[in-house]
Amino acid sequence: MIVFRYDKTYEGLLTAVFDAYFRKTFPDKLLGTDDIEPMFAEESFTVITQSDKAARVWKSLEKKLSANACNMLTYVWLSEEEGSDELLFQYIRKTVDSKRTIETNFADEVVLKVHKLAMKVSKERLRMIQFVRFQKAADDVFFAPVSPDHNCLPLAIDHFQDRFADQKWILYDTKRDYGFYYDLKTVTEMTLETSALFPEGKLDEALMAEDEKLFQQLWKTYFKSMAIKERINPKLHRQLMPKRYWKYMTEKQ
Amino acid sequence: MFPSKWLTLYSMNEAILEKLKVLAESAKYDVSCASSGTTRKNIPGGIGNAQGWGICHSFTEDGRCVSLLKIMLTNHCIYDCAYCINRRSNDLPRATFSVSELVELTIEFYRRNYIEGLFLSSGVVRNPDYTMERLVRAIKDLRTVHRFNGYIHMKSIPGASEQLVREAGLYADRLSVNVEFPTEQNLKLLAPEKDHASVYKPMSFIQQGMLENKEDRRKFRSAPRFAPAGQSTQMIVGATSENDKQILQTSAALYQRPSMKRVYYSGFIPVNSYDNRLPALKQPPLVRENRLYQADWLMRFYEFKVDEIVDDRYPDLDLEIDPKLSWALRHPEVFPVDVNKADYSLILRIPGIGVKSAKLIVMSRRYAKITGSALKKMGVVMKKAQYFITCNELPVHTVHEASPEYVRKVLTEKKLPKSKQIDQQQLSLIFE
Ligand code: SF4
Repeated sequence: MIVFRYDKTYEGLLTAVFDAYFRKTFPDKLLGTDDIEPMFAEESFTVITQSDKAARVWKSLEKKLSANACNMLTYVWLSEEEGSDELLFQYIRKTVDSKRTIETNFADEVVLKVHKLAMKVSKERLRMIQFVRFQKAADDVFFAPVSPDHNCLPLAIDHFQDRFADQKWILYDTKRDYGFYYDLKTVTEMTLETSALFPEGKLDEALMAEDEKLFQQLWKTYFKSMAIKERINPKLHRQLMPKRYWKYMTEKQ
Repeated sequence: MFPSKWLTLYSMNEAILEKLKVLAESAKYDVSCASSGTTRKNIPGGIGNAQGWGICHSFTEDGRCVSLLKIMLTNHCIYDCAYCINRRSNDLPRATFSVSELVELTIEFYRRNYIEGLFLSSGVVRNPDYTMERLVRAIKDLRTVHRFNGYIHMKSIPGASEQLVREAGLYADRLSVNVEFPTEQNLKLLAPEKDHASVYKPMSFIQQGMLENKEDRRKFRSAPRFAPAGQSTQMIVGATSENDKQILQTSAALYQRPSMKRVYYSGFIPVNSYDNRLPALKQPPLVRENRLYQADWLMRFYEFKVDEIVDDRYPDLDLEIDPKLSWALRHPEVFPVDVNKADYSLILRIPGIGVKSAKLIVMSRRYAKITGSALKKMGVVMKKAQYFITCNELPVHTVHEASPEYVRKVLTEKKLPKSKQIDQQQLSLIFE
């Protein structure tokens, strides 16, 4: 078994592809730099991430794949799912080796898997757009904590920037401890110094804008009164709005 | 003591909470929730944009999408429609929003990402035009004074004048007028103050407005848009004697107008059980409602004609199986279909194959012949599809060998208690 080690970055993965073609050996397994070596590894190679190599691989992919398929690869990378890097490696290899694009050959297992995983991430991106709840802080910044399964927040930033262009906001991934701040002009990536600002998903009351509690209460009231009790269906409810997102949703708090 | 400013602030909050409760309760039975159909970029300095597809920001405990702040400007009403909780003969709390209250609520909800926009309706006060004018004023204020750029759906008041309908179209993304019942006779029976003219006239004002606007915008690209997301309507199901054929034929006729985007079906909820013009129902007819939606989908996305779905021999939809399977079992001569050769439109007719998998099939078969296991991975429900297809290596046991009766029996076999089954049928619009 041939093992490649890399730094678990997207650039690193693309560099690994470059190196593999250069060396003409292809990994059966991709490991992080500090992962434990499997016992039956015959050969182990450590990739050193180089952005020019990564860029060359990406360029050649852009030539062969549609923009949509290229995006899909990024989505799969952001899935952070176990083995998704190996899946990407296989997909890229198939693309490089084949004369015409493989992207619509869904009878191929790798193509279908990439498609499905990308869809999963895209679905969660949509869930961010749906379920994010802003709370207005006293300094007029609208704050929303999230904790998605996949690292999909960066994929949704465009949407929020377009929609909430005239208010300052912070979207914060509490699981990965980073977020984005929009100051009415640009969006910057940031990390908060403390997570004590939002005990149990709510902004600390001392930090809330004056009317914030009122609007939260109004929204809860509205949400409750919209239910038609003759039709209550908890299973369907949870299917449409999975429980793991409730933590940060005002109407479910 | 508190400064008096605080006291008034407090009481205003209480009052607005109470109003919201009353006016949301009154509006909730209207099912048309979709905020779809327009894409609008944010304008500089404005709040919001409207996505081309409806975003659900929450789901009620009964599983309906919460996309818009669905609210009535007032639930006072001079009419007495038998199926409506707000009818004048009901004794219930009544409230009225001021324009500024409504505007603030909409904007603040929008800023917190609770909603896509506003769905505004109203009971009739004084007369249709008086009411319509107040509605128009509210949405005009949102758009012009507050530069609100989110989605607005406004219900036109039956009997409103052309001028006001035309003005509403300048600010609303979508307008709707509810048909309520396919036959005028039943409409008049249950809503004595309404008739078909009061519904169909505003509908054609909207249609007219859209057509002219299209023309204007061809000439001047900057001409303001008129109800860019078109119109929709709703029918109440199960309160009157109409069969599914009458309902679906009405829908098919309505879809003839290019401006008509959606027809909604609302299973009758007996809110005024004392009224003996209405049937006594234990439960709203949810399964029937779902079958109607499925039939509607067949017309809009699966290239079915209305008389393929219901006709004089089958005037009502089969409650046990979905209308696509039902059609397939009535037409075994069409099957089996070869998934490696057949046209897209024929593949769409195979039970167990939805729009998504049909597209995947047509794209993939250019590379290699499609096998049974590949179909499964593409999301085809083989349990159903197996009787209606051939693909390379599949054993031949189609609807012909098995007989339609047998297929029906196998596919409707009950594994769950009845109550659970209905739940499940309610879940999906997809023809699996
Ligand atoms: S007009 Fe009829 S349906 Fe509309 S609010 Fe009044 S009573 Fe209800």
